[in-house]
Order: sequence, then structure tokens, then C-alpha cells
Amino acid sequence: MKAHVTIMPKEGILDPQGLTVGKALLNLGIKGVREVRIGKFVEIDMPKLTREKAEAVATEACEKLLANPNIEGYTLTIVDGG
Amino acid sequence: MRVAVLVFPGSNCDQDAYHAIKNILGAEAEFVWHREKTLSGFDAVIIPGGFSYGDYLRSGAIARFAPIMAAVKKLADAGAPIMGICNGFQILVEAGMLPGALISNASLRFVSRMVALRPEHTDSPFTSALDSSASYAMPVAHQSGNFAVSPDQLAAMEEHGQIAFRYVDARGKTTAKANPNGSTGHIAGVLNKRRNVLGLMPHPERAVEALMGSADGLELFKSMMGAA
Repeated sequence: MKAHVTIMPKEGILDPQGLTVGKALLNLGIKGVREVRIGKFVEIDMPKLTREKAEAVATEACEKLLANPNIEGYTLTIVDGG
Repeated sequence: MRVAVLVFPGSNCDQDAYHAIKNILGAEAEFVWHREKTLSGFDAVIIPGGFSYGDYLRSGAIARFAPIMAAVKKLADAGAPIMGICNGFQILVEAGMLPGALISNASLRFVSRMVALRPEHTDSPFTSALDSSASYAMPVAHQSGNFAVSPDQLAAMEEHGQIAFRYVDARGKTTAKANPNGSTGHIAGVLNKRRNVLGLMPHPERAVEALMGSADGLELFKSMMGAA
């Protein structure tokens, strides 16, 4: 099993990278963009674990290390693959 | 009083902190490697600046799991003064020993320049020898020093006197221009509720002799030495 984790800055937390990329898109003449926010994508490979166990392990990883709850939220999906 | 100066892989201000305590103030200081598990015999801790573990994931995020950090927490719980400078501040925030978070500078640039700080009050082990109507010059050098905290948390911090320092201009006023990183409330340094743990982005250890351009940083160490 693999966990796909997306970590994003929380609503209301300044995201200077996203703001700068948003401005760059505007400067390029790319239209229709209201906002850009930039986070992180983490893939965790857990070949020997069941889906339930993999989800529990990945959740613990997110809570304890991968995301900082003060500034970041995360979403987690478990996918097949080894 | 014996001061432990922690050393992580990637610390680069440990020598400066040691120099300030040992050579300038003539007090006892010792380096303590991050793999150590005890701080017995030490009365205070400095967590120096640098790039512990290459700033991977988030600045300070990995260092907080170093074996020595459990001992730091224990000493802090016993009331000893703990000072985290720059990356040391980031580590204390990641360890949950200080509130808030440190995110990228609003400019997205690494900032390296002299700043002026004003202590919010003198009722802490790190500011007792300071004057809250004066400002203190020392350098900053960081990429992620933008202190972020929710409005509710900020209000609680204000109420408990947890703001230690704010960036000010030459007239002692907080202004956007004087703030090098866009931090909430122009905050440069914060305290825990008990006020024995300080984290600050500016480098007092790089301002301890006239030849460094300022010796103002020494006042913080003097306060700390007097407190423990």
C-alpha cells in the first residue's frame, strides 16, 4: 500500500510562495486565476501493510511529523501499489 | 551557572553562542551533542542557529525529535531558562514548547541585516537587565522567520506577556519597513507562558563585541545569567 499525502497551508496562513507564483502567472498573461496556494505532496510506501494498518501508520506520520497543525492541514489517501 | 550550547548536524552559530558565554561573560559553557540524553549539571540551555538537518520538511521539524530534546523539555519544566535563537526558535516552536509557527519570509528572500528590537517588558529571565523603552541592535539572517499565529492565540499571548521582542525602527516605532520578515505584530521573539523559554529570530550572540557592530546582544545573556 502507498499513502498519498497532500499538505496545504491552512486558510488564513500567508503563503508567500503561492502569492508570488500567482503574480508570475498574471505577469505571463495567464487569465482566470484567482489564487494559487502551494503545499507539499508526500508518498509513503508501506508494501507489507494492509489498507487499514497503512492508513493508521500514515495518519500517525502526518499528526506527529509531516504536517504542522498550527499552519498546515493534510489530506490522505491510501492507494494500491508496492 | 553552567550553560549548555546544543549542537545539531547543521548548527552554525554554536561557536558564537559559546564565545559569548565563555569568553565575553566569563561564565561556564559547554557544547552538548544532540545525541546526548541528559543535561544534568546544566542550569540553562542555548539552542543555536543554523540549518539543523538541512531544514528538511520544515525548519526545526526533524531536530525536535533529537534525543537531547527530551532533556531540554525536562529542564524547561523545572524552570531553567532556555533560549532558542533563529533555528533554535524554529526547533522550540516545532517541539510545541513555544506557540505559533515560523513560515517563509513575506519577501520569500533570505534576509541578512541589522535590526533593532524593543523588549515588550522586562519581566522575564532574558529581559530583566534590559530597558523596555530602549532598542537593541543585532543581526537577523534567515529564510523562515515570519512568526505566524492565529488572532486568538495572539490575544492569549499578549495577555500572558508572552511577546518578548518586536522589530522597531530608529525611533523605536514598529513599522513594516523595520520588520525584516513580515511577522505577525512585528514580533521578533516570544516566551512560553511561564516565561522561562525564549525563542527569537535575531542573533544576540552575533552582537556581543564592538567589533561586531553592536554589543547589545550581551544584555540578553547577562539577564539570563543573572536569572538562573
